This record gives sequence, C-alpha cells and structure tokens, in this order.
Amino acid sequence: MPNLRIDGISVSAPEGTTILDAAKSADIPIPTLCHHPKLTPYGGCRLCIVDVKGINRPVTSCTTPVTEGMEVSTTNPEIEKLRSTILELLLSDHPNDCMICEKAGDCTLQELAYFYGIRENRFEGERRQYTEKDDNPFIRRNMEKCILCSKCVRICDEIQGVGAIDLTYRGFNAKVSPPFGKDLNCEFCGQCVAVCPTGALTGKMWVTKGRQKDIREVDTVCPYCGCGCSLTLHIRRNRVIRVSSKENTINEGWLCSKGRFGFSFINSPERLKTPLIKEKGKFREASWDEAFDLIVSKLKKIRKKHGPDSIGGLASARCTNEENYLFQKFIRAAVGTNNVDHCARL
Amino acid sequence: MTNSIPEISANDVIFVIGSNTTETHPIIALQMKRAAGKGAEIIIADPRKIDLVRFSSLWMQHKPGTDVALLNAIMHVILKEKMLDGKFIDEWTEGFDAFSKTLKDYTPAKAEKITGVPAKEIVQAARMYGKAARPAIYYTMGITQHSHGTQNVFAVANLALMTGNLGKESTGVNPLRGQNNVQGSTDMGCIPNQYPGYQKVDLDAIKEKFESAWGVKLSGKPGITATEMIIAASEGSLNAMYIMGENPLISDPDINHTKKALKKLEFLVVQDIFMTETAELADVVLPAACFAEKEGTFTNTERRLQRVRKAVTPPDNAREDSWIVLELSRRMGYEMQYNFIEEVLQEIGKVWPAVAGITYGRIETFGLQWPCPTLNHPGTPYLFKGGFPRGKAAFTPVHYSRSKELPDREFPFVLSTGRQLFHYHSGSMTRRVTELNMIAPEAYV
Repeated sequence: MPNLRIDGISVSAPEGTTILDAAKSADIPIPTLCHHPKLTPYGGCRLCIVDVKGINRPVTSCTTPVTEGMEVSTTNPEIEKLRSTILELLLSDHPNDCMICEKAGDCTLQELAYFYGIRENRFEGERRQYTEKDDNPFIRRNMEKCILCSKCVRICDEIQGVGAIDLTYRGFNAKVSPPFGKDLNCEFCGQCVAVCPTGALTGKMWVTKGRQKDIREVDTVCPYCGCGCSLTLHIRRNRVIRVSSKENTINEGWLCSKGRFGFSFINSPERLKTPLIKEKGKFREASWDEAFDLIVSKLKKIRKKHGPDSIGGLASARCTNEENYLFQKFIRAAVGTNNVDHCARL
Repeated sequence: MTNSIPEISANDVIFVIGSNTTETHPIIALQMKRAAGKGAEIIIADPRKIDLVRFSSLWMQHKPGTDVALLNAIMHVILKEKMLDGKFIDEWTEGFDAFSKTLKDYTPAKAEKITGVPAKEIVQAARMYGKAARPAIYYTMGITQHSHGTQNVFAVANLALMTGNLGKESTGVNPLRGQNNVQGSTDMGCIPNQYPGYQKVDLDAIKEKFESAWGVKLSGKPGITATEMIIAASEGSLNAMYIMGENPLISDPDINHTKKALKKLEFLVVQDIFMTETAELADVVLPAACFAEKEGTFTNTERRLQRVRKAVTPPDNAREDSWIVLELSRRMGYEMQYNFIEEVLQEIGKVWPAVAGITYGRIETFGLQWPCPTLNHPGTPYLFKGGFPRGKAAFTPVHYSRSKELPDREFPFVLSTGRQLFHYHSGSMTRRVTELNMIAPEAYV
C-alpha cells in the first residue's frame, strides 16, 4: 500500500487509488465538477489539479494514481489562480440567473463561484443560445447552463446502459444531446438529473415548487416494486415536491422513473378523504363512527348467520409489515377465520 | 431471494428466466448490467427479446409455457456431461437418484421440438451454468404465472440443487418479488394456511402458541386463498369481504368473473387511498394513508426490512391503515393494545424469532435482512449457509405438461402479460401521476 504525503499529512492508500480519493479519505477537500465516485475517472473539468513534487506541471488528481513517496500539494497560490481562471471561463458562458434557478443552494458551480469570490468576469464574448424544446414530461434540459462535465453522458452509458445522450459538436458548439439533436427518448430514470452539478438538468415537475433551502428531507422506502430503493422525500408545506436518493443505500442512489418522478399521486385531488357508505347504489360521505358501526354490525350478523368462515380478508402488499400483521391478527383473532390472503398468489 | 442485491455484481453467470428485469426491477437490472460489464455472462430464457438481451451472451427464445422442458433438458446435459456437485448432492439433498432418472428423456433434441430453442443453445446454456463458479438464477412471473407454475419453480430449484449452487455468496435462486412489500405481507402471515413466519395454522402446538400470544381461541382450519375467495363468493359460500389496499378487479385474471363474485357478496368493505375499480363495488369505503403518511417497515425482495417514515399528513379524514384495523378490532370486541407502532414489530419478533433482532433503532440508516434472531445478529445476506431448514433439500421430479389453454382455430394467439416500466400493478397510483400517463398513456398489445 503506497505511502504518500498530501499537504504534509501522511496518507496511505491501496494501490490504484487516485490522489483525489486518497485526499478525500484524509478529509482534505479538492474541488471538482466532473468527478463521480461510481464513474470512470474523466479528468474533464481540470479543477482538481494538484502539484506533485518532481512533475513540472499540475496534474489532475482524479486520474492520477498514488505512488510510494509521492508528495502532493493540493493548494498553493499558483493552483488556486488556475482554478479561479477555470471557473471564470466556465462562468463567462453561463447564464447569471441563480435567483430563479431551481438548483440554487444545491449547485456545485454556484458554491465554487462563492468560495473563489468570482463576481466579475474578464472574459466577455459570445454566449451559447439554445432553445428548450424537449417534449418529455420529466427532464428539463437547459443546455446554456451545461458545463460539459459529461457526468450525465457517462452515467447513462456506464450505469444505466442506455446511452441516450452524448457529447456532440466541438469547441464552442459542443453540447450534450440525444442522437441527431432530437428530443430525449429514453427510460427517464433521471440518473443524469441526479448527478448534474448545475441547473442544466432538473425535473420538470420541480419547477418553482421549492429549492434546497426551502425543504425538509425525510428518508423512506419506495412504494413501487420489490427492489426496496431508499427515497429521500423533499417536503415543503406538507407536500412532497421532489424525490432523490442517497448514495449509501441499497440502490446506491439510483432510481427509476417511477421512484424518482412518480410521486404526485400523494397529493392527487382524487385521494379518498373521508369514509363513504353506499346507499341505493350511490356513495355518501360518512363519519368514521358511522362507517365502523355499519361494518361491525354487518360482520357480526353475517358471522352469526353463516359462521366466521363466511368472511374473508385481503391484506395488501403495498402496506407495511406492521399493518399486515395487524390485519391478519384482526381476521384471525377478532373475526375468527383463517380466510386471509393477498396478491402474492397472483 | 436467497441472495442479496449487492451480491449480483459478483455473479459470473446470471440466468434470467421469465423476468423482464429492466422493466419490472429496474434497479436490480442495473446490478446485472454492472456484472456483465465486469465479464459475467448473462443467459436469458424468454419468449420476448427483452431489453436485457442487449447485455446477454445467450438468449433462448422458448415458446411460452415450455419452461419445464427447457430446464429439464439443461439438467439432462448437466447430468450427462457430469457437471454435478456430487458432494453437495450427497451431503445436503435427498431423492437425487429417482430424480435423475426422470431427466433421461429430456434430450436437447427432444426439447428443441417442444421449446423451439435449438439443441446446441440448450447445451451451451447447460455448460455456461454448469461450469460457473458463482451462478445465480433470477425469475419473476414468467415462471410462476402458469397452470404449472409450481412445477416450473421445482425445476429451477432442481437445477440449483444438482449443481450445488445454493447456500453460497452470489450463488442461489432468486425470485424477484413484484411489490414493495409482497415479501413482508407473506412473512406477516397474510396467507390462509400460515401464521406470521410461515408457521402452519393446522399444527396444534403452533396454534396454541398463537392462542397464548394473542389471548384468544383460534381456528385450526386453514382458510381459503384469494383466488378461492372469489370462487367462494360467486358460489355464495363467502358472504363478506374486507379488502385493504388491493384492487383485484384489475389484477385478477378474469375481471368479469371477479366483478360478478364481488357483486354477489352480502357486504364488501374496501380500504384504499383511491376510489379503485374494486372500491366502486364496495358497501363501505375507508380512506387510508399512503406510504409517505405513516411509520413502519417494508421488506424488499432480498428480505431486508427498511424503515418507512411519515413525511406528510394524510388528507382530511384519511387515516393510517393500522389505526383503522385497530379501531375496527376494538369495536368487534377484540382490543389490541399498542402504545406506538414499533411495539407491533416487537410483538412480531416474539412470535417469529427470525426478526426478533430487528428494531427501528438498528435500521435507522440501513435495513437488516432476516433471519436476524438477536439484537447483535448482523442479518443474513444469503440463505441456506450450511444447511436447509428442513434438513436435506428434496429433489422434486417434474415433467413437462402443456399449458391448460393453447391456441386453437377460434383463439389463434398466445397472449402473455407484462409490466411496463412507467406503470405499476393495477395503476391505482401511477395512473394518477400526470407525467407517467403522458409518457405511457395506455397499455399495449
């Protein structure tokens, strides 16, 4: 295991570890915009440059493996000046609309601009102008905010295995795009949205619902298939406005389109809001007492007339363990029959 | 699943039969794709060219309903070419000799005629699976939803047993469960012949144990299944039903039959979050809270209990299902007392020791997999390490039988059901999500 020094601190890391990861393990922060721990190192944004003793130019720490005896300096005036210039260049072609950007408060580019104190820009010139035209209901692509880190491209290829987008054109015209500049047509898992470091990719249904500072987070489990993905619900004013997932979970932070974008049923106006009793073929609203009284009298009457096995209950694969336990206990202990099942058999 | 989701990426052969994994279990499919990226070979047996075929080394396009013939022929080759795990068979199984004789007739050539899969592909699949170090089988409804679904499952189990591919890390048999908590609701005893933890209702000792735990006399007569309930209702021997969070009118195979049966009931109570097609038929509809409005646990397909937390309050008079059931039970004259919802899990641990070691505190950030019998037990990522609950695992000989309904002149097509990526089950939730409806407005044939 190579031993090295990073900013004078002794660190040892397994063979093949990058300087960036070794520094992270020693709690030494190095800024980056294009690195993602689950993706192949890319070395695109150049913000993670560090000085290595014996090499006469800065190297990207995300692509350089550690070696025995290496001496690394992650910060010095020269490096910080380079990083600041890189940021200036990125911001020279970035819309200055943080005040209305969905990502404000959760944006890596905004954070770095703040820490590097970049207020004015020396690089005036032409800016990219794109028209948003995606028809899809999930993902909003604002390519003027894209910094071409290609995390979205790589996650779509390396993790999702779909390859719906790629870097197209060169130089100033370079942009992330589906084939032939067409609309996005993919699985809409939103993995790309989750890793975008700026406001270039956001959820369409999130727009003006609330930004990071406005929300409360609650960790829970997805209500759809059996994978059991962890969800982090973003709550504002008693409404779920957005869903994300953390990396240290069974699903490693990945979600599908249902888990990430399929939450609005919670606030659907069609939700049942009060007990209903059917009279002459039509439902009328009722109180809980009325509903319970009717159920109890009917069940008792039927049980008396036909015996407990004339009653059956279906529990729910959507409800919690606790609720299912209570349900079968109710059917067995309170009604007195083993006629309880659920859809596992279907 | 006998294995865990994180174990998938270490498989060297992944045999997917009857599972369109990228659509039904998208996140598990990501792990399969990752394994393929690391060099694992994926074998797919599916009548359809599913998306996962792009990542596979071998795709066997067998005719619907011919799984037993295909699997038996694979086992025939494994037997013939001696790719068995004799030590495992001797130590951990019984009935191998009788079973192996039944494979004799299932030559790849014969299977080709039944399944439509070229014999050389069957041989190739057998060699890939038979020679692998860490192979695992994954299946979903393509195996189980048949008139001979049980036989299909036995055939899958036989294949794993004869090659010793059970009870090891990244090696096993993995049915992928369809719903968020279908594993849990089965574990919790929402099945007519078993109490929580798969304990039989018709064994006196077990019945007595539950009678003393619950303080009430219980019936020792196994109940009837969901499908039998619909038949019983239509025949008039079932008079009332209480349905919590299910929509059989859409999910049952014969909607007209189910509708007629439910209409015939003297009394129907439906408890749900929406006015589902089933709720429309009810005499009383009770408004429930959805997953984001309550505390508790779900158990995912790999037996992992994870925390469900209340994030928002339910609309108006809607109530948590637990509150509704407890209140109803009290009014029926059987009062259950709990101070908070975790006490229910504690009680479950007392009647089913496999979850006795799981507390909300322990699963605060990461879930635990049962069996987890004690408070310091780390949970069980894969099952059957060092043995089976019944002692030795039994081989069950199975023979190919034709599906009950085959195409004829009047009905010339074979139709098979499948899930869409953008929708879920009967659609009571996803059909009310505008965005999902825009991208997938209707089902298709």
